[in-house]
Amino acid sequence: MKKHVAIFLSVLLSTGAAIAETAQQKGLRIATEADVRDSGWGDTTADMVMTLRNRAGKTSSRTIRTKTLEGRSDGDKALSLFDTPADVKGTAMLTFSHGLKPDDQWLYLPALKRVKRISSKNKSGPFMGSEFAFEDLGSQEIEKYTYKYLGDEPCGKGWKCHKIERIPAYKYSGYTKQTAWIDTKEMRPVKVEFFDRKRGKLKTLTWKGYRQYIGRYWRASEMFMQNHQTGKSTRLQWKDYKFKTGLSSRDFNKNSLARLR
Amino acid sequence: MRTKRNSDMKKIIITAIVFSTLLSRPAVAEWSGNVAVELRGFFSQGAWPGQGDGGVSVSAQPEFRHQWNDGNFGVTFIPFARLDSMDDERSHADIRELDFLWVKGDWEFRAGISKVFWGVTETQHLVDIINQTDVLEDIDHEDKLGQPMLRITRTIGNGGIDLFLMPWFRERSFPGVDGRFRPPLVIDKDLSLYESDDEEHHLDWSIRWNQSIDNLDFALSWFQGTSREPLLLFAGDALAPFYFQLKQAGLELQYTGEAWLWKLEAVHRETTAEDYNAFVGGFEYTFVGINESAADLGVLLEYNYDSRDHLALTVFENDIFAGMRLALNDPQSSELLAGVMYDLDFNSKSFRLEASRRLGESYKLGVEAHLFWDVDPLDPMYAFRKDDFVQITLASYF
Repeated sequence: MKKHVAIFLSVLLSTGAAIAETAQQKGLRIATEADVRDSGWGDTTADMVMTLRNRAGKTSSRTIRTKTLEGRSDGDKALSLFDTPADVKGTAMLTFSHGLKPDDQWLYLPALKRVKRISSKNKSGPFMGSEFAFEDLGSQEIEKYTYKYLGDEPCGKGWKCHKIERIPAYKYSGYTKQTAWIDTKEMRPVKVEFFDRKRGKLKTLTWKGYRQYIGRYWRASEMFMQNHQTGKSTRLQWKDYKFKTGLSSRDFNKNSLARLR
Repeated sequence: MRTKRNSDMKKIIITAIVFSTLLSRPAVAEWSGNVAVELRGFFSQGAWPGQGDGGVSVSAQPEFRHQWNDGNFGVTFIPFARLDSMDDERSHADIRELDFLWVKGDWEFRAGISKVFWGVTETQHLVDIINQTDVLEDIDHEDKLGQPMLRITRTIGNGGIDLFLMPWFRERSFPGVDGRFRPPLVIDKDLSLYESDDEEHHLDWSIRWNQSIDNLDFALSWFQGTSREPLLLFAGDALAPFYFQLKQAGLELQYTGEAWLWKLEAVHRETTAEDYNAFVGGFEYTFVGINESAADLGVLLEYNYDSRDHLALTVFENDIFAGMRLALNDPQSSELLAGVMYDLDFNSKSFRLEASRRLGESYKLGVEAHLFWDVDPLDPMYAFRKDDFVQITLASYF
């Protein structure tokens, strides 16, 4: 993937600004730049609290620890370890993502000590009963979408954003399109609106509380997903972001899921 | 008859106390676990004299885990105990796990009492042989007794090789006179017989290689030692378990497609008396987001075969299981698995249902039911024909 980016950039530089860019080209260029700026982090760990809220305001929460290894030639490898609810404590999920090809996913069930390879077709399904679908939380590879630049506009806090339309290129997405706002200065996602075939605008995801780590990488402390159809929402609060912790592919082995706590 | 078990129990308790005292010294203690109340009701009077009609049961499984040195060292301690109002024999305790882990690069070393699971299918766990089954807990053979072992793991890519050395065999426990799911005569654990002169001290060993290549997950295993499943011999007014020596070659295979899971487990077993083969294979197809909802519906079909034909000790000698799995994917993680097992030789049928739902943040409600009908007297399942039951479990997790 990195190679494609390099070729793309060199082509871009050689042609320069002489040729007018189409909206599709500009959309891809912005997505590519955002990806380039957020690459090279190696590995990262973070803790997450997920709060589910139903229409009546009743909440329930999950706590999850995550470990991610940046993919060099392929997609990222990710581990999610569940601490609560108490009945799923010790459950672990291992995901190898690969751009357009379906992800490989294994689930470890601690009560039986069973490692189960699971189908990743269910991209549009809810993650842990939340308003986040599996595809919303997966690694966002460039080739997963086709892009179209829609314009620049203010996006709160005095920030200016590129507004881009993204159409999922992978199979089994629950969305017909997404509209993403990416800030022009640091190329961080600020907001995404999700649309589905039947009901139009389905959900809105907003990022808040950005902080920069190891002098380069921006991570939000909060991601908030509002479902406009059901009135339900899910808030993800992130803390203890660490980068370059020394993880290697050895730490992302289905055999080792049982000993991760 | 009780003395042996009492002394076993005493050993377990003393070990537990010594171990927990040792562990309480480092500052960080990480306890979790659950306590549960279970209600069981049987629909009809037992087939055999003395059997109860249901009752209340409570269980506790605290779990202690501690890791240090970046997770390269760890200890786990998981005792388990159940008190049952219907069957004294079902009131039992066990150390599910009590082991020490050391990770060094691609190597993992474990010593102590551990639990492992092998397999891919749902109907039965044919290849899974390391741990003795706790048949008192459930007839689904998914509860296991802790197995003393030395385990060495070498991870290779997204898989690895495991070597198991098992110096002490765990005998199976069986329901008492009051208990259900038993043959007409009670199986007396104290009459246990062994083929090996070393009896329960025979050194069993096993090796397993598992790997994942693209959409294929597979494992090959070899086991040599004491059979976890005993033969039952007549011994006056009781049955005596006879633990023979067994060699087992095992294969586990799963192909994961987009909506399809194709699964196969197969074994070749060699004993002094006979050599035989058995397999279970089939598929699970999942309909995602049924009816515009978040729910997934899976359809399962598995075929079970055993070359011993109807002399097999197993109820899975020529049987088809057809079932469905419903996952609502709601915040309460509501799930249901139900299906029918059909015996192609005897036309016997059995129905099984398992459902669960989280209540609040830390409770879980479970419902389980088993029904048997048209059971042929020649079918090994005949002994259970009157044991239709429904069970409700409320567990509190901490």
